[in-house]
Amino acid sequence: MLRITNGKVYDPANGIDGQIKDLYIDDHGRFVESIDGGRTIDASGMIVFPGGVDVHTHVAGGAINFARAMTPEDHRRTQAFIRTKTRRSGIGGMAPTTFATGYLYAGMGWTTVNEAAVPVLSARHTHEELSDIPIVDKASLTLLANNEILLDQLEAGEYERAKSIAAWYIWAAKSYGVKAVNPGGITAWKYGDNARQLTSPIPGYNKLTPGGIVTHLARICEELGMPHPLHLHCNNLGVPGNISTTIDTLKHLEGRRAHIAHTQYHAYGGDDWHTMCSETAQLAEYFNTHSNLTTDAGAVLFGDTVTITADGPWQHLLYKLTGRKWGNLDVENETGCGIVPYTYRPSNLVNAVQWASGLELLLLIRDPWQVFLSTDHPNGGCFWRYAEIIKLLMRADFRKECIQRLPDKIKKRITLPQIDREYTLYEIATAMSAGPARALGLKQKGNLGIGCDADVVIYEEDDDVERMFGHPRYVIKGGEVVIEDGDIRETPEGREFIFKPSYAPETEDFIRPLFEDCYTMSFDNYPVELERLEHPEVQEGTKP
Amino acid sequence: MTRETPEMPENGSPVVLRLKRSPTVPLEAEVISPDVLGRLSNAEIRSLTVYHGKRQLPLGEFFDVEGEASQDLELHGNLTKVRWIGRGMSRGSITAHGTVGMHLGAHMSGGRIEVHGDAGDWVGAEMKKGFIHVHGNAGGQIGAAYRGSLSGMRDGTIIIDGSAGLEVGMRMRRGTIVVGGPVRDFAGLQMKGGTIVLLNGAEIRTGAWMNRGTIISLKPLQLMPTFAFATEFTPTVFRVIARRLAQWGIKLPYAASEGTYRLYSGDLAVPGKGEVFVWQPAA
Repeated sequence: MLRITNGKVYDPANGIDGQIKDLYIDDHGRFVESIDGGRTIDASGMIVFPGGVDVHTHVAGGAINFARAMTPEDHRRTQAFIRTKTRRSGIGGMAPTTFATGYLYAGMGWTTVNEAAVPVLSARHTHEELSDIPIVDKASLTLLANNEILLDQLEAGEYERAKSIAAWYIWAAKSYGVKAVNPGGITAWKYGDNARQLTSPIPGYNKLTPGGIVTHLARICEELGMPHPLHLHCNNLGVPGNISTTIDTLKHLEGRRAHIAHTQYHAYGGDDWHTMCSETAQLAEYFNTHSNLTTDAGAVLFGDTVTITADGPWQHLLYKLTGRKWGNLDVENETGCGIVPYTYRPSNLVNAVQWASGLELLLLIRDPWQVFLSTDHPNGGCFWRYAEIIKLLMRADFRKECIQRLPDKIKKRITLPQIDREYTLYEIATAMSAGPARALGLKQKGNLGIGCDADVVIYEEDDDVERMFGHPRYVIKGGEVVIEDGDIRETPEGREFIFKPSYAPETEDFIRPLFEDCYTMSFDNYPVELERLEHPEVQEGTKP
Repeated sequence: MTRETPEMPENGSPVVLRLKRSPTVPLEAEVISPDVLGRLSNAEIRSLTVYHGKRQLPLGEFFDVEGEASQDLELHGNLTKVRWIGRGMSRGSITAHGTVGMHLGAHMSGGRIEVHGDAGDWVGAEMKKGFIHVHGNAGGQIGAAYRGSLSGMRDGTIIIDGSAGLEVGMRMRRGTIVVGGPVRDFAGLQMKGGTIVLLNGAEIRTGAWMNRGTIISLKPLQLMPTFAFATEFTPTVFRVIARRLAQWGIKLPYAASEGTYRLYSGDLAVPGKGEVFVWQPAA
């Protein structure tokens, strides 16, 4: 039992904006009206937030593990976590190891993370890693937009069967939602091609288009009653002039709900790398007039990182552009994956436009319930640098100083210098916690109301917001004090959120022969057993 | 390093380390560097920590130490298993009489290392500046980038009188490597700049993946098909290089009467702008 007294509470889910309020937590790790006895944390002069929720990150599974293996140079220079009685060893850096990931997220006040790209084929591996990420609660999304068994059904016009197959996959992967990455593009990549036009048939198909996949998957998610709508990584990521593709994609949703991932990478104008500019104003306007959509920024921070995505063709292009290392994975019939270490430099015009675009989206989309803090970790920057972004959002003068350091040529290509908006603490609490929790459909997260999970982060009020958000005074996860005065006190194991949609019982018999025809593993080893997961929390779909 | 006693003034005579007990497993001894020993008393030097496998032991367990507080170190004994000598040093000198182990002078940014004997792999790996002269043979990855790093040595000079192993100058960005004896495969692998002088040629795949940089060979090379013959000539700058190398008794021919160099450019598979010069003595 725990009570937090006299703190200035920011709880956007309940409209509480900086009122002094006491919070009570029972032995089950939930907020209650009152308690008897137990510890009291005097939060006088401190700021109380709901624990952070990362709606889009890459922390477990084949891709991030490949990135770890590919960047030994980073391991040599990065922070080491030395084993203690209560803590496991690990390293931080661009692609932190599993245990370190949990310590770093919690150390920053984040208590829920969503691993945004998991092929069914590596779901087992991903869950093993997720269970080794301590403290935080987790969810994962299944990659479906390039799954050939599914696409073949859509091509044949068998929508109902495709829906059942999608549902079967979600349950087979023990995942929480559906992710679409470069719909059709990775399938085409297997033939050395890409899918650049939303309305042209995908190479290898006669009728099916990327736009068609978007429409169908959004409808499938809606009809299955998914708590989190389609999580969409649009086509033509990172390409100058891709704004038209992005807007077209949003139109293909036909008014359905969707979460658009790392929009910063999808908001460029210009014709090539020399004329590339930010078109965030246009995209932000679309979001401002379409409340069915949410997004995360995918903001870029200058410095070294490693880019990882299922978007294989884009990674090959990035490798060709940079001459850096390149890793490519072929995930059988399901998707692809590419890894390229990358350095964002302020002196590089393209990188500078990317840096500005991420912030512009966060500032131009008016409703913080629609746009969330993310760097698409580790693609735009590492998650443990979120406090830097918060500072850029809350301090317009600091932002102006940073813009001054960019090349002069940049200023015509971005709108950031004209934006004076500063985030309030209430808006930060929305964009880092309440908003992403609501978009994920996690009602018990990002919310300090009665009955919700007692995930709380308490900051010492400080004018230096980067220091304040980077070093919380207390972090409480499920009622347990996990971080206190900069030390890790407890490392409880987190839960995994899973959604079980309903599907036609004959679906498995339909998939089996197709699977056995071309996969390299046995079908019986393919779905992940629920018993395999350490702390699953299953939510069942209601619609038939 | 935190110190309780005041710093010793430097003195003129070198600190002499004599190996008294042979390590049974590799001994990681990056403390053997003028930057660490330069201001320490004899007792402090003996108590410095070295890693014998996973065990932390004082330096005095393995070495007799004479002298104190000097920028100049002298090492004696068979140091084959002693690694990281002169790691990251920025000043002073190390003179070793006997064979030394892997990672000699890795990451160094200044000073001189001289070895009267052989050296292991990774001599001067990722060094920034300074001078290393190995009078015997050396292993592979001389002046190279460690696995995963973008670039190897950034400046400085490494001279190996004897032979050298694989991947000499791998991903080096600047600086000079001279090898007197035969060199094995992949010399100048993925080179980004700098100069490698091969007095006795090299085995196969020399300059593979090179982007920029210069490889000079005084013996014929079996070049990869991705290197294109460009022309025959002796660049004027070779006189400057030759004059610099002459101070260590190395003779780089450049007079037209003696012959000329055949220039190959590549590696065209990258495609790179590197150059490989192969000496063609006058008939």
